[in-house]
Amino acid sequence: MEPFTTFTAVAAPLMRDNVDTDAIIPSREIRQVSKSGLADGLFAGWRYLSIGERDPDPDFMLNDPALKNARILVAGENFGCGSSREHAVWALAEYGFRTIIAPSFNPIFRKNCLANGVLPVVLAASIIDPIARGLAAAPGSLLTVNLEEQILQDEVGGRWTFEIESEEKRALLSGLDPIALTLTLSDTIAAFRDLDERERSWAYSTLSR
Amino acid sequence: MQRTIFDKIWDGHRIGSPTGETDLVFVDRILLHERTGGVALKSLLARDIAVRDPDHVFAVMDHIVDTFPGRTSETLMPTGKDFIVATREGTHAAGIRLFDLDSPDQGIVHVISPELGIVLPGTTLICPDSHTCSQGALGALAWGIGSTEAEHALATSTLRVQRPGRMRITISGRLARGVTAKDLALALLGRFGVGGAAGHIVEYAGSAVEALDIEQRLTLCNMGTEFAAFSAIIAPDATTVDYVKGRRYAPVGDEWDRAVRDWLALRSDAEAVFDTELTFDAGDVAPMVTWGTTPQQVVAIDGAVPAVGEIGKAMAEGYPRALQYMGLEAGTALESLTIDAAFIGSCTNSRISDLRRAAAILDGRKVAPGVKAICVPGSSNVKRQAEEEGLHHVFQRAGFEWRESGCSMCFFAGGESFGPQDRVVSSTNRNFESRQGPGTRTHLASPETVAASAIAGHIADPRKLEI
Ligand code: SF4
Repeated sequence: MEPFTTFTAVAAPLMRDNVDTDAIIPSREIRQVSKSGLADGLFAGWRYLSIGERDPDPDFMLNDPALKNARILVAGENFGCGSSREHAVWALAEYGFRTIIAPSFNPIFRKNCLANGVLPVVLAASIIDPIARGLAAAPGSLLTVNLEEQILQDEVGGRWTFEIESEEKRALLSGLDPIALTLTLSDTIAAFRDLDERERSWAYSTLSR
Repeated sequence: MQRTIFDKIWDGHRIGSPTGETDLVFVDRILLHERTGGVALKSLLARDIAVRDPDHVFAVMDHIVDTFPGRTSETLMPTGKDFIVATREGTHAAGIRLFDLDSPDQGIVHVISPELGIVLPGTTLICPDSHTCSQGALGALAWGIGSTEAEHALATSTLRVQRPGRMRITISGRLARGVTAKDLALALLGRFGVGGAAGHIVEYAGSAVEALDIEQRLTLCNMGTEFAAFSAIIAPDATTVDYVKGRRYAPVGDEWDRAVRDWLALRSDAEAVFDTELTFDAGDVAPMVTWGTTPQQVVAIDGAVPAVGEIGKAMAEGYPRALQYMGLEAGTALESLTIDAAFIGSCTNSRISDLRRAAAILDGRKVAPGVKAICVPGSSNVKRQAEEEGLHHVFQRAGFEWRESGCSMCFFAGGESFGPQDRVVSSTNRNFESRQGPGTRTHLASPETVAASAIAGHIADPRKLEI
């Protein structure tokens, strides 16, 4: 996983609540057994004029030329609800998004972000709404995300701190792979399992059937 | 220390907190399906990481497979076969058992797991699928994850997880006749909203929940993910024990006795503290139907599409968009809406009791002209059982298609779908834009309501039909 570093980028506002992962990447756009090849299908139902075609809908914010290089997405409540498909995050990341700012996230989606080096920033709707209005009024405006300091900044002096679990922060900053980390605990896991199997043999013994 | 059922299972599976924050939790069972399982297995293989305990992993074909009679690995979805083949190859290479297309035990992952006794009370179970929470109905801690976490679980038999908050929803009273767990789940979403349980494990408790059979409890817990919950759970009781007994992967002999003792001890202590407590009266619930594009946009079947002033501020944001997508206006009575299609299926409502109740309504009646009606049993076992009871004849005589088991048109993967702007009354769980097909307008409801509507040709109250 690519380590997360401080960056400044164009931010795109998508101020809808309950944006579901079917909307982020429709099932019909997931054509390969692969984590890539998804950016084109990102928000396909909203981004293109008709299903299956690729004519951009000028009304959808990502089609605004000023937002072409957006890497930060500013969103509404319960972002990423619905299906657990990690393809939603793979599509966002492949498109270029490294940070999503929302008042709340679906828990599985949020985990999927962290697993792919995408930073989910939670801020109150009362903070996000004016930021989003500013971004809509001046498309192409920049935001700066500093994970180390847990600070979000805009170009006109706005500065907000956000919370994140220190373990999640360390993982994002280091880009370390959690599977490799957990595999170093293999003996501890084996010892737990042996003891557990003696105490709860009923949970194990039927599995070889 | 007084603990909740969740705490008891969590503490029993917690290996430690390697970093002091998130817990390392032991995973008893892992379920995979061809939609997300193939990619996880492929990714592990590419990194040369072994599956730690293949005996604890179960894989099934359900999401992408066609449900037409005589189906093969070729699918209507253009590249569907690739997913099927990748899952076949990945499970074979890793030594994971697979309920393939030709297996008598094939079916929707959340239907076959309880049916075969794979999920047991007190176990931890994960699957890269959001509706894994259904299985909390058995008193297990079962939750949905993404692909990367599935890889982690396959490689280590553990997950790194933050302890969720604890919520209890106590549902008093009793569901009225003709009102089901699906209506209850929808009514809860309407009351508390789709973010209502964000970050929490929801324990459903109270007299109305205790009165539900296991299949209804599965339906109730199924929609926990629509609540943004970490998962849902119901304490195991005599109903649970009766259900599990004799299933394929259930313990037997002395082990059964010990297991039952362990299971019945899994209740929240009387003084256990929840972070959030909600109450709800089941007696108030009527058959429910969604009108919008999120499951919280729901009203009682005799109601109308609400005006923006009648819904909470939190729900007002997507309101105009939802009305436009659904082709509706405020004030329109739900029962006045003519339908193009009726769908009975999905991990929410496709078990044998669902089919029996729908069949009781369909018996001796005909689907209205012009309505495409489809029934997709939740598993091959459900299908066989239904056929033994002759239910397939009832469905077919009424004009329903009778399919092979799978997720089918619960979601649109690029293959079969309903048409654009088609109004579908559906026993599934998600009414998102284009979920059941490009532009399709989905109204979620119970199987009874779907059956009654199919006959009437418009959304219809099943309580008004004589059975
Ligand atoms: S039936 Fe629908 S909701 Fe259930 S697992 Fe399949 S696709 Fe998901």
